[in-house]
Amino acid sequence: MPDLLIELFSEEIPARMQARARADLQKLVTDGLVEAGLTYAHAAAFSTPRRLTLAIEGLSTESRAVREERKGPSVSAPAQAVEGFLRSTGLTLEQLEKRADKKGEVYFAVIERPGRRAPEIIAEVLDSTIRNFPWPKSMRWGAGSLRWVRPLHSILCILSDEGGTDVVPLTVDGITAGNSTRGHRFLSPDAFCVNNFEDYAAKLKRAHVILDSAEREGAILAEAQTLAFAAGMELVEDRALLTEVAGLVEWPVPLMGRIAEDFLGLPPEVLQTSMKEHQKFFSVRNPKTGRIEGFVTVANTLTADQGETILKGNQKVLAARLSDAKFFWENDLRVARAGMDDWAEGLKSVTFHNKLGSQSDRIARIAALAREIAPMVGADPDLAERAARLAKLDLRSAMVGEFPELQGLMGMYYAQAAGEPEAVANAARDHYAPLGPSDAVPTEPVPVAVALADKIDTLTGFWAIDEKPTGSKDPFALRRAALGVIRLVLGNGVRAALAGRQGILAVPMTLFATQRGTLDLDAKIADLLAFFHDRLKVFLKDQGIRHDVIDACLAMTGNDDLTLLVKRATALQATLQTEDGANLVAGYKRASNILSQAEQKDGVEYSFGADPKFAEGDEERALFTALDQAEAAIAPAMAAEDFATAMQAMATLRGPIDAFFTATQINTDNQIVRRNRLNLLHRIRSLCLSVADLSKLDG
Amino acid sequence: MSDSQPARAEPAAISAPRSFQEIILRLQAYWASKGCAILQPYDMEVGAGTFHPATTLRSLGTKPWAAAYVQPSRRPTDGRYGENPNRLQHYYQYQVIIKPSPPDLQELYLGSLRAIGLDPALHDIRFVEDDWESPTLGAWGLGWEVWCDGMEVSQFTYFQQVGGHDCRPVSGELTYGLERLAMYVLGIDHVMTMPFNDPDAPIALTYGDIFRQTEEEYSRHNFDGADTDKLLRNFAEAEAECDRLLGFDPQDEKSGKRIIMAHPAYDQCIKASHLFNLLDARGVISVTERQAYIGRVRALAKKCADAFRQTEAGADAAAEAGAAT
Repeated sequence: MPDLLIELFSEEIPARMQARARADLQKLVTDGLVEAGLTYAHAAAFSTPRRLTLAIEGLSTESRAVREERKGPSVSAPAQAVEGFLRSTGLTLEQLEKRADKKGEVYFAVIERPGRRAPEIIAEVLDSTIRNFPWPKSMRWGAGSLRWVRPLHSILCILSDEGGTDVVPLTVDGITAGNSTRGHRFLSPDAFCVNNFEDYAAKLKRAHVILDSAEREGAILAEAQTLAFAAGMELVEDRALLTEVAGLVEWPVPLMGRIAEDFLGLPPEVLQTSMKEHQKFFSVRNPKTGRIEGFVTVANTLTADQGETILKGNQKVLAARLSDAKFFWENDLRVARAGMDDWAEGLKSVTFHNKLGSQSDRIARIAALAREIAPMVGADPDLAERAARLAKLDLRSAMVGEFPELQGLMGMYYAQAAGEPEAVANAARDHYAPLGPSDAVPTEPVPVAVALADKIDTLTGFWAIDEKPTGSKDPFALRRAALGVIRLVLGNGVRAALAGRQGILAVPMTLFATQRGTLDLDAKIADLLAFFHDRLKVFLKDQGIRHDVIDACLAMTGNDDLTLLVKRATALQATLQTEDGANLVAGYKRASNILSQAEQKDGVEYSFGADPKFAEGDEERALFTALDQAEAAIAPAMAAEDFATAMQAMATLRGPIDAFFTATQINTDNQIVRRNRLNLLHRIRSLCLSVADLSKLDG
Repeated sequence: MSDSQPARAEPAAISAPRSFQEIILRLQAYWASKGCAILQPYDMEVGAGTFHPATTLRSLGTKPWAAAYVQPSRRPTDGRYGENPNRLQHYYQYQVIIKPSPPDLQELYLGSLRAIGLDPALHDIRFVEDDWESPTLGAWGLGWEVWCDGMEVSQFTYFQQVGGHDCRPVSGELTYGLERLAMYVLGIDHVMTMPFNDPDAPIALTYGDIFRQTEEEYSRHNFDGADTDKLLRNFAEAEAECDRLLGFDPQDEKSGKRIIMAHPAYDQCIKASHLFNLLDARGVISVTERQAYIGRVRALAKKCADAFRQTEAGADAAAEAGAAT
């Protein structure tokens, strides 16, 4: 079985596209080969900035012959039907066979597909792969019409086995496949021929190209750590940066430099961000001072001066960058110490959304809302309002203008410089959180108040102007905002009603209603609450809480208090996991069904209360006793929101209810006894419903 | 040593340039030696070398083209009164445009770096993804920013679309930010201290000797002096004039020839673009208006590109042949 080696050699492929391209190349080619009837043992794809490579081991030498028979129309069928059959089979009338069938003579097509040799199939598959490659962005070049991520220069495509190596004959848009490639652009630019994958990888390494990106990553990391260690420092690891850098070099040469003393006073995040975003440098920390004091840059070449010129150049560029950063930092600090009034003024002219006013308008709303929320999260209302007023001012700072990803964090530094209390500074840093599903949730009261106010203002605002997310479109990240509210509320055990005229949502929504004039306040709030409930379901499902359990709890009053809702759902799920709990649901449903049928039939509601004196058997009397005991336990537990105790008490009814149904016929001829029993069922139903709507449960 | 021994084929070590103008002269000589027509700057205020009709318009149509030129470029918002070591409201770009892009364009480019003293054997030259887009020109392309030791020294782009037209064939465009590149090559920290001519010349001039005062004057002009009402009026006038020029019947009565005024109309587009940049520097354009202004300039650029495609220089060879029969 021969091995196949393919290399597509081009001008520099963007680093961020390489991993996907490796996977795509492997999938497209192997799928194509298998679809055409070949088999293979193993495949692996590789990339460097200038090449995409696929190595396939143990490829079959030809596809098997295939014989297919297809039954066509009757010989006497209209000409049109026969023509259609010819078209679909690609045969001529003479090639069809006539065979006797139950209904007479019928045309049969016998299609013979002979086995094809591997090279022919490979050429076809590779041609189609290159022409249909799913690059995120592709381009044409010169006078050609082929598209690739950057100009494609050569194709290597060889089949090799013990007998030798053959080039697969193939030409794509004027590029003829061969058995040669090139090494490093500067260190080993000459072309060379290869015989198989091992030969290819070995010759590339001699030509200063490490083919495997994982190997390049490993080499960079090890050398960078060694350099840092030798200087008594430690490398700040950054996986994403490592992968990106490995996609920018064929022959990585890490070089370490120091950050000039002048810049060590900058916040570490600024140093790190500037070095990473602009220069793709790794940060190096001094464990003694805890500061970022050095960097590692990864060159793509070896020089006679051991990289001295390269390092000097990089250091110079870094100094220019950090001079800018320092200039921004010092100017920003001046504005911050003066109270940030310039920034607050500036945000008046920055539009948040043309229907929702300026950033300044938004900040005023968030400040008012943070004040309302403060008591619910144990924050001081004055501090919460102050924090909300300052939290977004850093959007006007020069540093955030340069590095938008530092928003919030710079706000913290500037609030500290302005002499604001720690809670206010922390609120600037934390109020965007949580951003991702795995992002930490703030727990300090003032930041929690501002974070909630920020997200609730966004949600109510976009609801007010009918910009809700639809399908996959969520341009204002409202799903994320809702999940943020949910996590903030649950993570901090915040007790607050969201909906209703007295709920939190009503505060900003009323404001929007006044501004916009025509707004059905209650409907908007109800709709937004439903959105919260949808997001909560997704969130709780991930936490392992059953969908129907959530529905059973959503049906209860107070479902806009998310903490209460989740507490109830958690208790219900735990109860349902016990034997009694699971079986109680069946008993409840039986009671409820019999009752509903009787109520429908009789046209009355059996809610008059059952009287134990009409009880006839032991089981019936026992049920009365059990209900009395359960009620006595459930009522105070519910009042104390102790759902676990209430549900345990409810679950104790399972035995008495089952025994009652086994021993007792509800619909007896004695109407007094029957009515009493129906009233007894009603007691079961209403008692269970006071805990959760069990009718919403599956099974 | 024997005189008959043939000279080794290794390239002679290239001496380091000593002044800003020497770098420009070397680039001119290099690209001239590679067959480019060395053009002179366009005589209008533009934001970048790309605006020169030798790039925008000539990248359209099928006619082969190879040109290189220095283009003074103006970015009114970048004015820093001559104080910032790297930022200027008036600076120079070196622009190379070749259509169709030759297969060895990267190698040609690296040769130009060698010519100005940046030897890839000593420096770390990298092609880092950077796609280019000009919303005002309705143009985009794919390519890289070229890094030398971590510094961006050029922009390298394969034009895909200009003025809303697909580029067929594709032009390769190289743009060098001359001041920054020269400061790196010459080891200068502040642009104003960079030798402009030979530092040993009887009258040695620095960049600052020539441009510090104008940077001050234009910074004041751009941020405070320019009359915004007049700028707004001029913008509307340029826009109208562009439309008017393109509205003429292609048949010229006087000469009896078919003459489409694509270039004069495009001048008005350039004018509108610069006026917009000035208005932007004066801070009178809001965020929402910005997009609208950019859209208006783009509309002009597209119309000019459409018109140029109707001219001899911008036509497709195949279409021309078809028209001739």
